[in-house]
Amino acid sequence: MQKIGVFVCHCGTNIAATVDVKAVAEALKGEPGVVFSTDYQYMCSEAGQNLIKNSIKEYGLTGVVVCSCSPRMHEQTFRKAAQSAGINPYMVEIANIREQCSWIHKDIWSATEKAIILGKAAVAKVQLNAPLTAGESPVVKRALVIGGGIAGIQTALDIAEAGFEVDIVEKQPTIGGKMTQIDKTFPTLDCAACILTPKMVDCAQNEKIKIYSYSEVADVKGFVGNFTVKIKKKARYVDEDKCTGCGICTEKCPVKNVPNEFNMGMDNRRAIYIPFAQAVPKVATIDANYCNMLKNGKCGVCSKFCTVGAIDYKQQDTIVEEKYGAIVVATGFNPIKLDDFDEFAYSQSKDVITSLEFERLTNAAGPTSGTLLRPSDGKHPHTIVFVQCVGSRDTSGCGKTYCSKICCMYTAKHAMLTREKYPDTDVYVFYIDVRTPGKNFDEFYRRAVEEYGVHYIKGMVGKVVPRSDGTLMVQASDLLSNEQLHINADLVVLAAAIEPDKSARSLATMLTASMDTNDFFTEAHPKLRPVESPTAGIFLSGVCQGPKDIPETVSQASAAAAKVIGLLAKDKLTCNPCVAQANELMCNGCSSCEKVCPYGAITYSDKEFRMPDRTTAIRRVASVNEAVCQGCGACTVACPSGAMDLKGFSNSQIMAEVDAICK
Amino acid sequence: MILSYYPGCTLKTKAKDLDRYGRKSAEALGITLEEIPDWQCCGGVYPIAKDEIATKLSSVRALAAAKAAGQDLVTLCSACHNVLKQVNNDMKTDEEIAGKANRYLGLSEEYHGETNVIHYLEMLRDKVGFDKIKELVKNPFTGKKIGAYYGCLLLRPGKVLKMDNPENPKIMEDFIRAIGGTPVIYPMRNECCGGYVTLEDKALANKRSGKVLENAKDMGADMLITACPLCLYNLNKNTDGYDVPVYYFTELLAEALGVKD
Repeated sequence: MQKIGVFVCHCGTNIAATVDVKAVAEALKGEPGVVFSTDYQYMCSEAGQNLIKNSIKEYGLTGVVVCSCSPRMHEQTFRKAAQSAGINPYMVEIANIREQCSWIHKDIWSATEKAIILGKAAVAKVQLNAPLTAGESPVVKRALVIGGGIAGIQTALDIAEAGFEVDIVEKQPTIGGKMTQIDKTFPTLDCAACILTPKMVDCAQNEKIKIYSYSEVADVKGFVGNFTVKIKKKARYVDEDKCTGCGICTEKCPVKNVPNEFNMGMDNRRAIYIPFAQAVPKVATIDANYCNMLKNGKCGVCSKFCTVGAIDYKQQDTIVEEKYGAIVVATGFNPIKLDDFDEFAYSQSKDVITSLEFERLTNAAGPTSGTLLRPSDGKHPHTIVFVQCVGSRDTSGCGKTYCSKICCMYTAKHAMLTREKYPDTDVYVFYIDVRTPGKNFDEFYRRAVEEYGVHYIKGMVGKVVPRSDGTLMVQASDLLSNEQLHINADLVVLAAAIEPDKSARSLATMLTASMDTNDFFTEAHPKLRPVESPTAGIFLSGVCQGPKDIPETVSQASAAAAKVIGLLAKDKLTCNPCVAQANELMCNGCSSCEKVCPYGAITYSDKEFRMPDRTTAIRRVASVNEAVCQGCGACTVACPSGAMDLKGFSNSQIMAEVDAICK
Repeated sequence: MILSYYPGCTLKTKAKDLDRYGRKSAEALGITLEEIPDWQCCGGVYPIAKDEIATKLSSVRALAAAKAAGQDLVTLCSACHNVLKQVNNDMKTDEEIAGKANRYLGLSEEYHGETNVIHYLEMLRDKVGFDKIKELVKNPFTGKKIGAYYGCLLLRPGKVLKMDNPENPKIMEDFIRAIGGTPVIYPMRNECCGGYVTLEDKALANKRSGKVLENAKDMGADMLITACPLCLYNLNKNTDGYDVPVYYFTELLAEALGVKD
């Protein structure tokens, strides 16, 4: 019989306001094996942990039940406390009476009753707990960064700086991401290219960094410290090692009408292209959807002009397999499609554009060489209306419920730069709220209003009406003066909400990393572990975790790198000792467990057994590779003869819990 | 095909043409509209308030009568259509409203939003079909540039009325094509005409209606059609000098089908 101590936590008022904690401690005193039961305000505090440690010594406890928050939160804390007091850390069980009880119930009586039942189940389980010893597994000292925007670049550079190998997988032909399309960055108005392209070059030149451009992650297997990743290098029909990036093919290609994604489709590129002059790697790529040679075998112009013989129309997708100790997700974002926002006439008028399109129209490398001209007629716009929160903070169902966070600042930047360059242009900004809580952000916005004379109007635009003379009548409300406004504009700029890149969802499935309802990756803890996924060994960098501007993205990217460096610096990782175990006497060699095991941890071998009549028989039985098993428990459910058991979660322990709940 | 029909008060007084041409056209299209016996005023805009039960009751009676007849309920006036569909949705989805209304009315069978309410235009699109109408047209409006004026009530709230995309609708444009005309798409076609504000602030209603007509004319419309008596009133009364006549869509339909008087 175990000697069990029960410790009921108040968690301030988090638990104690809904659960009568004293009654729980009192009720559990009578459970079999319980020799001590008490409550305390904050069990996770030093004093709370000391209470557990001292009680273990004083009462000679062999098992501990803590009724508190989710084990995800503090199981480690309490296991360590128990260990320091001399008992095996796996003799500690948590009854989650916060997330699964006090937070979701209102009635004190029924919540208390449920908390007691959860406590009884934990006591019943700990009766059957046995000490477990964790093994160790090696760490592959190499990291993978998925996504080569500013987030991925910064993470990779920091990891490389610490001396570890790191690979970047980028699905576009070049690294750089969205920041390459931006002209200037708030609040200092320094040129985006001037601060980004040196980092891109650093990545290319750093011998610790390998860039897989025009590539995607195809498969992920393994676990923290030991991932095996398949990377699909998409055929670009150009030999990366031979191409010098001279660009002659991109001038000679006869297919001239391919919408140029780098300029948001506002001008055209060729079927063979280099996205922009500072691309890294600076290697041409053939767009198979448009190339005449690839489509019908008639052309070959680029191949004729290439002086180094880099063009290879026969190139195929290839798969590269690599091992990594840690994976960083930096998949970034896209502006949402505005097709559902017909009131703004985005699909109906060329002069209604998104902010990212505006960014290209003011960029020296853009379709107008940086001169702000209307897309419809190439004339200079004299009145510009900016609309904020298009699809952000939107509960109508067309857009996103969250705030996209970056739009207030970039709209202030656009408005200010327009007024500076074209003082004859009237600029209006319609907003719900102006949110500028960042270092030097509010000062920046005030400069736009006070020094540059941008008309900020609180209210939303209800309708944009294209007229026969090419102007846009903007109908809006001014909430402060309670008036309806009609403004004749030449250009309307919509601050479209941002959303995670579409590739994120399938990637999350491969990584078994969790996401929220908006497809942003979930962090292990929203405050205390913001750059880690709940899945061990997966880290988060940039907007894939939630909307962020560049300074925040870079901070988080470096934070993710620090976590990766901390992991890779270890030679061994402690394994989870809660792994499956086969009872060879009961195993009938049916292979059911082997088939369901997602990690390939189960193998079969022939073994000799002594039979009751003193003969020996050879039987085929399962055995589990403890270094590979992740303790998911699939095999224990699949096994028809009950031979598979999960240490720490054995069939008998789970039945004991169920019995205690149903009693 | 027999369908229940809810005309509404305005169609018996100010908007007799909307009703008359609607009935004649329906007959020509092989549809019998059976007027609900003893229907009462839908309550105008008041039933749209969530905390009002009494004003919803007349709509519930009409909806229950159509249910008893086992027929879909057709409306013609934009406002009645809006009110009936919204009250129907309340009865289907809001237990509190449905409970109170049912307890008060004490109907022989409780009503919980079972009736399918459709606007006359939906009847044309879904029950008759615009292609069929095209075949039956005797006097097509060939060469006429006609602007559809939806107003604000006919389509919104889109999730409840489920008639067409409120921000970029096409049902009336398809109707115009069916009667042989050329639809003029102008962005202000789904904006408010000023509505009841005209009783209180003529200048504001004037401004609103003016914006609609100005935009319709600018985009080349010779005439406008509408399904709403109040829209027709505001567009005709509050604006001078635009020279864009406004008609009920049923009048054009009757004319096209050759049953106008």
